Amino acid sequence: MKFDIEMLLKNDVRIVVSTFVGISFLFIIVAMILGLDFNGTVNTIQRIMFLSAVYAMVVLALNLQWGYAGIFNIGVAGFMLSGVYTMAIITGDPNGLIPGLGLPLPIGIVGGVLVSGLLGLLISIPTLKLKADYLAIVTIGFAEIIRYTANALTFKTFSIAGVEMGTGAGRGIHLPMNPIRGLYYIDPSNMGLGKTIVGEYIFGFFEIVQVQSSVVVSWTYAIVLIFIVGLFYVVTYRIGNSPFGRVLKAIREDELVANALGKNTDIYKMKVFAIGCGLMGLAGILWQGSYGYTNPTTFQPILTFYIFIALIIGGSGSNTGSVIGGVVFASLLFEGPNFVRRVIMHVFKFDKAPNSIIEAMIPISSLDFEPFISYSLANISSLRVVFLGLVLVYIIQNRPDGLLGDRKELAASIDISRRPVTETREGKEA
Amino acid sequence: MCAYSIGMIRYYNILREKVQKDRGTAIVFLSIVILLLDLVFRLIIGKNESQVVATYLWDGLVVGLAIGLAGVGLSLTYSILKFANFAHGDMITAGGFSGWVAVFAVAGVGKFDMKNLLLVGAGKPINVTELGISVSTTPVIILFGLVAAIVGTILLTLFIDRFVFRPMRHHNDGITLLIASIGIALALRYGLAFVFKTQNRGLTAASLTASYSVPVGTGSVQIDLGEITLVLVAIALMVSVHVFLQYSTLGKAMRAMADNRDLALITGIPTEKVVRATWIIGGALTGAAGFLITLERGTISFQFGWILLLFIFAAVIIGGIGSVYGAIAGGLVIGLTSTISLIWIPADLANVAVFSVMILVLLYKPEGLFKGVTTA
Repeated sequence: MKFDIEMLLKNDVRIVVSTFVGISFLFIIVAMILGLDFNGTVNTIQRIMFLSAVYAMVVLALNLQWGYAGIFNIGVAGFMLSGVYTMAIITGDPNGLIPGLGLPLPIGIVGGVLVSGLLGLLISIPTLKLKADYLAIVTIGFAEIIRYTANALTFKTFSIAGVEMGTGAGRGIHLPMNPIRGLYYIDPSNMGLGKTIVGEYIFGFFEIVQVQSSVVVSWTYAIVLIFIVGLFYVVTYRIGNSPFGRVLKAIREDELVANALGKNTDIYKMKVFAIGCGLMGLAGILWQGSYGYTNPTTFQPILTFYIFIALIIGGSGSNTGSVIGGVVFASLLFEGPNFVRRVIMHVFKFDKAPNSIIEAMIPISSLDFEPFISYSLANISSLRVVFLGLVLVYIIQNRPDGLLGDRKELAASIDISRRPVTETREGKEA
Repeated sequence: MCAYSIGMIRYYNILREKVQKDRGTAIVFLSIVILLLDLVFRLIIGKNESQVVATYLWDGLVVGLAIGLAGVGLSLTYSILKFANFAHGDMITAGGFSGWVAVFAVAGVGKFDMKNLLLVGAGKPINVTELGISVSTTPVIILFGLVAAIVGTILLTLFIDRFVFRPMRHHNDGITLLIASIGIALALRYGLAFVFKTQNRGLTAASLTASYSVPVGTGSVQIDLGEITLVLVAIALMVSVHVFLQYSTLGKAMRAMADNRDLALITGIPTEKVVRATWIIGGALTGAAGFLITLERGTISFQFGWILLLFIFAAVIIGGIGSVYGAIAGGLVIGLTSTISLIWIPADLANVAVFSVMILVLLYKPEGLFKGVTTA
């Protein structure tokens, strides 16, 4: 049995690695068409990898809830926000414009994860008995409460027990400096103070191939994130294949039966809510943390829907599918259309796009498609979401299991559907 | 004396039993009573002026009826088709736009560029004062816009049902349909953004709309004709939906399907026809709501319906899914909460209060205030 799992893991690792490599290759071609230099190409791949890793993490966390336990939580954005904001408040400068507690970053990260997990636990307790669609509305409502609270002027600065802190309201909040920079610079917040030995060597090496130092720093962070995706994968994989995970799947298939077999399903659901939301908070921290700044507008409900689309594309219930879904969504569906626009604009050199869709449509009657195409390209950010919506409808109608949906569960600990070949007296027998 | 106290004790016991059985309702009821007493106290000591409170009440009523009207359509599809339609908000937006396309085209013909009028000024902003639309001066065009909004939304909902929901009719769980409706919501909202662009724009000439001031206490409340139109049309539409559901054969068939779909099928109710009728009536109410809400506000943007959607869900759930009066009552609860709560909390937390009320109702009274009433 152990052998089987290793085989599966090897196979899955191959799928994930080849997806990453394939997508990098695709974007190298795109960068070549656009005529970017080496530095630009490397930077483009970095951005794609970074976003893919972020989506892969959140989707893995969501898969634990929706894929394994069948809990329809559409408040993902809210739990990400609570993680990021808690981290920001804990680590913020006590004398800054928006005061914080001034504690070290690791405490901030742990605090953010804990607060997101606790909020998940808090909302799970009273909602255990709700129907799935009511749960959906409660969770999205809860996420909006969190967002409106972070956006409210009332909490721009407040004090608890005499300690000043604040959310910064609509203007957003500053996040601590990315600790990755400490690897290269003596003082991470001031580049002028010089580089560390590692910085000297690595920057020196990349200067030969003309890659800027800022790109090297972002690449380092992207690699760290990809490594953390691996950790997320191991954690969710271990949870999913433990006795705990099997109960979760039983709850997803039929909660009544799981209950009748003596499992306290409520406790299981509460736990998976807390763990999943904590991981969402962590993913939010790792995502926004690299920007040095965040605001409530980033965490609108549409972010949750993006994450759900990524999970459904990959196949809910499958961890490998979650990673693939995250990568495919972030690179092809989310960033892809922008590159399509840039490539077409670069190759064809259209005139200025018409001002309105009717002006763009009229020339079609004389078989002139150019105004319409250039109007579409100018408004590609809207068109992209239309496409995402249609993809979601298509998948849910025709391929509800996604690319790697994994809904068939083995009842026995040994796979009896695939019997090992045994030697008998008559010869080989399956 | 003795008999009196025994009566008191008996009454107390009955009350205690009721409170123990339904603790959540009791807590909610108690907090409402406390808040009302506080409000009366504030009015007496003069901390809040009666004029402010009256304005809150009227605004809450208008917002509440708008949400209630938008909620009736959602409630119908929720109870009969058994899923939470997340595309409802964007259907409202689509209704609003189809109505205003008609209004702009009729009101501005000859005066402005037709191509721009058909896009409600997406190409180049249109001066609404020059266009001169208002309920007071051009009631016939407004009525025409209302009809166009209704027709446009019906066609849209039938189209969506045909290509998205009908192939999925065999799915029994609401979540699959809910996810599909999220896809439609995204496609519809950004499709509208693609056609009509993303900027917020004015629709009616505010200076032309008649406004009345009703004296209250020492001050007065401003009421304009747009608001009055919304209130009157909303009430008229709600009453007619109630009459339709209660007395017509089709309405009875719809209620039967909401109660028990299989039973409706074996008693010979043509379920597919009833589903189509549900979309037609739901779509008509949705389109009317979209047009009336934008008429009252005087502005439109591509995501106003989506922003309203959670409030509409809140209203429908508070009132009890499937109940027309419930949707209205829920809408009024939401509308009044969002305004009256401003007496105690700052304005930027009003939405927090509204969603908290929704979550509380879901937790303590998931069947809604109008419990046991289905589609009536």
